[in-house]
Amino acid sequence: METLYKKVNKAALLLAVAAGAALQSCSGIESSQANTAVASQADADAATKVYVAPGKHDELYSFMSGGFSGQVSVYGIPSGRQLKVIPVFSQNPENGYGYTEESKAMLNTSFGFVPWDDLHHPKLSRTDGMTDGRWLFVNANNTPRVARLDLKTFETAEIMEIPNSAGNHCSPYPTNDNEYVIAGTRFSVPINVEGKYEDVNFSEYKDKFKGSISFVKVDKKTGDMDLDFQVLVPGFDYDLANGGKGPSSDWVFFTTYNTEQASTLKEIGASQNDKDFLAAINWKLAAKYAREGKTHEMPAYYYHNKLDEKTHIATSEIKKKVRILLPEECPGLMYLIPVPKSPHGIDVDPSGEFMIVSGKLASIIPVHSFSNMLKTIEKKDFIGDVGGIPILRYESVLAGEVKEPGLGPLHTEFDGKGNAYTSMFVSSEVVKWKLKDFKVVDRIPVYYSVGHLVIPGGDTKKPYGKYLIAMNKITKDRYLPTGPELAHSAQLIDISGEKMKLLLDFPTIGEPHYAQAIEAGKIAPNSVKFYSLEENSHPQATKKESDTRVERKGNQVHVYMTAIRSHLTPDNIEGVNVGDEVYFHVTNLEQDWDVPHGFAIMGNNNAELLIMPGATQTLKWVPQKAGIVPMYCTDFCSALHQEMQGYIKVSPKGVKTPVAFSTGGKKPAA
Amino acid sequence: MKTLHKLLLLAAAISLGLLFLFPMWKIYVQAPQYPEGLQMHIWVNKISGSTDYSLQNFNILNHYIGMEKIQPDSFQELTYMPYIVFFFMLTGALIALAGARRLVLPWVFLLMVAGAAGLADFYMWLHKFGTNLDPHAPIIIPGMTYIPPFIGSKQLLNFHALSLPGPGSIGIALAVVLGLAVFFLERRRKGASIKSAEKTLVL
Ligand SMILES: [Cu+2]
Repeated sequence: METLYKKVNKAALLLAVAAGAALQSCSGIESSQANTAVASQADADAATKVYVAPGKHDELYSFMSGGFSGQVSVYGIPSGRQLKVIPVFSQNPENGYGYTEESKAMLNTSFGFVPWDDLHHPKLSRTDGMTDGRWLFVNANNTPRVARLDLKTFETAEIMEIPNSAGNHCSPYPTNDNEYVIAGTRFSVPINVEGKYEDVNFSEYKDKFKGSISFVKVDKKTGDMDLDFQVLVPGFDYDLANGGKGPSSDWVFFTTYNTEQASTLKEIGASQNDKDFLAAINWKLAAKYAREGKTHEMPAYYYHNKLDEKTHIATSEIKKKVRILLPEECPGLMYLIPVPKSPHGIDVDPSGEFMIVSGKLASIIPVHSFSNMLKTIEKKDFIGDVGGIPILRYESVLAGEVKEPGLGPLHTEFDGKGNAYTSMFVSSEVVKWKLKDFKVVDRIPVYYSVGHLVIPGGDTKKPYGKYLIAMNKITKDRYLPTGPELAHSAQLIDISGEKMKLLLDFPTIGEPHYAQAIEAGKIAPNSVKFYSLEENSHPQATKKESDTRVERKGNQVHVYMTAIRSHLTPDNIEGVNVGDEVYFHVTNLEQDWDVPHGFAIMGNNNAELLIMPGATQTLKWVPQKAGIVPMYCTDFCSALHQEMQGYIKVSPKGVKTPVAFSTGGKKPAA
Repeated sequence: MKTLHKLLLLAAAISLGLLFLFPMWKIYVQAPQYPEGLQMHIWVNKISGSTDYSLQNFNILNHYIGMEKIQPDSFQELTYMPYIVFFFMLTGALIALAGARRLVLPWVFLLMVAGAAGLADFYMWLHKFGTNLDPHAPIIIPGMTYIPPFIGSKQLLNFHALSLPGPGSIGIALAVVLGLAVFFLERRRKGASIKSAEKTLVL
């Protein structure tokens, strides 16, 4: 959708092109105004619907992508209260994520350390087509990566780089039983199966540029990811995807654009064809072909970073191979279905029969039928092919079109009661229509330029059709101004009745592209309160104050420190020289809920630590100046938190001060 | 001794076994920042809490007021009390099996003495911890002591403490009640048989 955002000129053009739609807009505006009136009447009612009394919990968790913040934010719904920000692809000085010795490896890639990204699509793990509250998968759009977040701890557990991908936008899409998480490439780039460097020119786009769809296997018990194989696909841009359900469970669908295969000025070059494609891949068949050895082994180089649950240490593994499937060698694997040009969202309704394709430049929303698709394939009703991949006849697959839906349809979700809801980027509204007859029945304005929307479980076989959250790209006058940069805004809409009702506006962090929401009861009971100190197997853990110590190894100094209310042990340290590499391995000895300790050193060119009870974290510090340097706890842990501090004596280079350490004037006692 | 009474006395002896299954005493504390509360459980042979970490958390909180660390190792009682309980269980059972009617009352009496001694020890223990405070403690409030309630509730700074006998104590109470019942029932039966004997004599 950001492509469009940048295409302001294009949007203007679109307005002209959609002059016919303007007629419909009249009625649209009328009903929008009617809605506004209803909304203002419903204000008091709305307040009671979003009011979660102090001390009471929200009904749902919502996980929102942080977009360019590289994080995931967690909100309570319906209150819109922010509960947590989880760093995923971005360093987070607040808790040391990406700065500590333990977590640095999470951000390793084949490009080196990449401490940021553009995080677009959260997707919850599934069991039997329903969200199960175990994990959240998210994509990194910039440096192709997929991450898995553990919803017991609300921490990033794993990040895997995707090779042969450039711009991992079309990602990550779990199948109905989490067999695979599927990731498609946004930019096509030259890929050759031998894995050798080739001197390719932009003009060779059509011949040499390829896309890839990655099939990441997910371990049923641990959630661990593993890149099983990739399908090499035509050199289009792959935008979004979604898996089938019920009868279409074996299939996954991808929207494509730039089927013109332009390599430059794509806003024009990629908008020439009247139709682009919806790519349909039979993932079960793909997995079968891969099992049967139809794959080509290709050299690759990519990182797989995992956090160990017991040590809290992330380690990187470099992988050097990937298996490739070529659609032309795998009959029945992939088909192309024409759709109006430059589609964005592809959403499959809860029954698994309808594939709704939201073409942001289209004046209708085509609804394709899965059963028609199978019939069309069976009758070989093809209108051509792309590199051996059959193109199905549009009219044969089509179930119907939603006429005059609004301008710039982007993404659709479902309420499980026979209705679909589509976001309209250009006309800034959410449109409700019936799956029965594809007729628009309601519309509500949103403020402004809505991208994705989310209904809890709205992409599963049984949505929780009570609320809809619209995620808006433009905020303008909705909140108190905060200079040129404004918070993005989410809007909570009540969809329990015939008419949609606006309930609440709330600001969000970064840019939420997509979000997922889930009943609190599927996550809250499993939430970890603290880590077991006994099970902490960090090699530098210090489990008793009597074991704390300071050791010198060449120019490295290792401090084995403990933190407990309200002191650090040791808290007087000497024998450190300017330029030494000092590692503070701090273990939080607490075994109680909500008692993290922070750890910070004056002038550290790194970050601080935030150590959860029972865990060990390591902060590196290279002192730059001689003198007495304070260190302290940064998290107000107790009444004597301010007293939770100490000193390190830093001697000039070359001065041999023996290593010494103490607490309370003596060596730490048992 | 009547068989029923023997069984009752045996039940009295066995009920002391509850002391090994449940705590004797429970101290509950609650504070604004501890809505879930903290519990300390005093057993005949150990000190524990509602979670594996309750004792550690009690000690962390107590160190601010300079209270001595509560460590199960520092209570000798916990090592010998189980033997005293075993002793009562064993002797109770033997008296029941032997039908030694005359030993019932002494057994109950001794048990009551032991129970009272236990309570007294517990009281002293609370008193010692509540008053024997480190003069260098971070928090010193002149004149303030922190003796938890022996039974019932009490406010100690931000903590509301409640102290109640645990299910283990019911074991002792049950043993005493059953023992006394056996004693009185036996006495009445004996009285009745003497009376009937007298009657026969008169006749
Ligand atoms: Cu602290």
